[in-house]
Amino acid sequence: MSGATRAEVCAVAVAELFRGDGEVLASSFGTVPALGARLAKASFEPDLMMTDGVACLVDGLQPLSGAAEGEPVVEGWLPFRQVFDLLWSGRRHVVMIASQIDRYGNHNFACIGEHARPRAQLLGMRGAPGNTIHHTTSYWVPEHGPRVFVEKVDVVSGVGYDRARQLGAAGRFHEIRGVVSNLGVFDFKTPDRRMRLASRHPGVEVEQVVAATGFELEIGPDVPETRAPTADELRLIRERIDPEGLREREVKG
Amino acid sequence: MDKRTSLAEAVAELRDGMTVGIGGWGSRRKPMALVREILRSGVRDLTVVSYGGPDVGLLCAADKVRRLVYGFVSLDSIPLEPMFRTARQAGRIEARELDEGMLQWGLYAAALRLPFLPTRAGLGTDVLPINPELRTVRSPYDDGEELVAMPALHLDVAFVHMNRADARGNAQFLGPDPYFDDLFCMAARRRFLSCEKIVETSDLRKAGSFHTLRIHRGLVDGVIEAPGGAHFTECPPDYPRDEAFQREYAAAARDPAAWSAFRARYLDLASEEEYRRAVRERSAAR
Repeated sequence: MSGATRAEVCAVAVAELFRGDGEVLASSFGTVPALGARLAKASFEPDLMMTDGVACLVDGLQPLSGAAEGEPVVEGWLPFRQVFDLLWSGRRHVVMIASQIDRYGNHNFACIGEHARPRAQLLGMRGAPGNTIHHTTSYWVPEHGPRVFVEKVDVVSGVGYDRARQLGAAGRFHEIRGVVSNLGVFDFKTPDRRMRLASRHPGVEVEQVVAATGFELEIGPDVPETRAPTADELRLIRERIDPEGLREREVKG
Repeated sequence: MDKRTSLAEAVAELRDGMTVGIGGWGSRRKPMALVREILRSGVRDLTVVSYGGPDVGLLCAADKVRRLVYGFVSLDSIPLEPMFRTARQAGRIEARELDEGMLQWGLYAAALRLPFLPTRAGLGTDVLPINPELRTVRSPYDDGEELVAMPALHLDVAFVHMNRADARGNAQFLGPDPYFDDLFCMAARRRFLSCEKIVETSDLRKAGSFHTLRIHRGLVDGVIEAPGGAHFTECPPDYPRDEAFQREYAAAARDPAAWSAFRARYLDLASEEEYRRAVRERSAAR
């Protein structure tokens, strides 16, 4: 279906990250990831579990702004303590925002510069170390550029494939499903688990992605286009999940 | 035993260099009246253990913090805590930054009087190099897995804020999440609990089911009735976060002149009563 905006293409790409996950907690940070996770649940992954962002598990379609569809149905209680239990048990897939990410998927949103005295203190480690070592993780980058896709992250808050490999048995639950940016979709389906350009969004050239990436990406001979949203998906996005168009504020074009 | 006391008496137990645990999470149900009392005291060089919010920001701004043990510091609706950022970027605090779950594990280990609890969280990340005291431990069983040995986080004093309590320290949360307040109390040598309202023990069950009685009197040394004691963080169902006030705080934090004015108006006051009056006057002016 044509006429989809870039933000809508990104949302569908995020939804695709959750394909096949079944009955796990789908957590997301950022507008497009929240939209994508809800789109997956409302279409091809109806068993995904989600929270209201506070302490309840809620079922049913949850609009981003919370206004349109009425109260979601509370199906469980998940205070922070149980969130930690659940994520250490592995039944979760999180999409986190990356302030920096390298070719093996090492991730940073803790701070920029030296940790002892950072140039810019960001979120801190938060749950990234525990998330990445215990369950499936994906990343969202709303503005793809060489300061985000870097040769070396300043601080490692999320474990990448090279470091997970060195851990042996302790790294066995590590999986980075994918990275979605405003330019394309990336995965680690390469022999040594380096980041690969899996698809470019419609209207984006491979050269554009290369120029915006601070390390050498694995690029196959024929990079496909990210799939376009279907008519049903666009209807869900525009009429039910994000009728206010919050997605367009996060990604332009 | 009647454990009712005052903010001043509770904070008077602090000594320079002590380790203080602060309950709540981000900008949610923080014992802010107790934090404001620390600001009024002369105590300094504290090690603060917190799922950090404006408690950490205010203590950093007042130069009370030597070391901070945390997973994050956030105002929730404003993701980055401005005073914490300033202190970090000036290199003014020793940052013992951990994964959020490791912090829980450290409190739990202290609560259970164990030297450590094992976890995978932290492996493969810079949590280990930035916390040089952390050690790993090998499983003694056939798997032989190497894990982080998260050491017990022993607290000298814990401060938490709950919705209701009785005079003996049985306490109740009425909001959606108990956070880790009971663990903070269990990990501490001295435990002080502020609450919105002190009620008769027999009235606790009128406000919520027994599941909400998260903290029992064996975990508490002092109880303080502090209505609005979590302001400007949220304390549902008693009150939501004062977002307008929080925005004013965050804006003031970015500008020295505005910060002086903010301090004079809300922090350099003789008592929590004066703070409450200043907040009321602010609301009335709008």
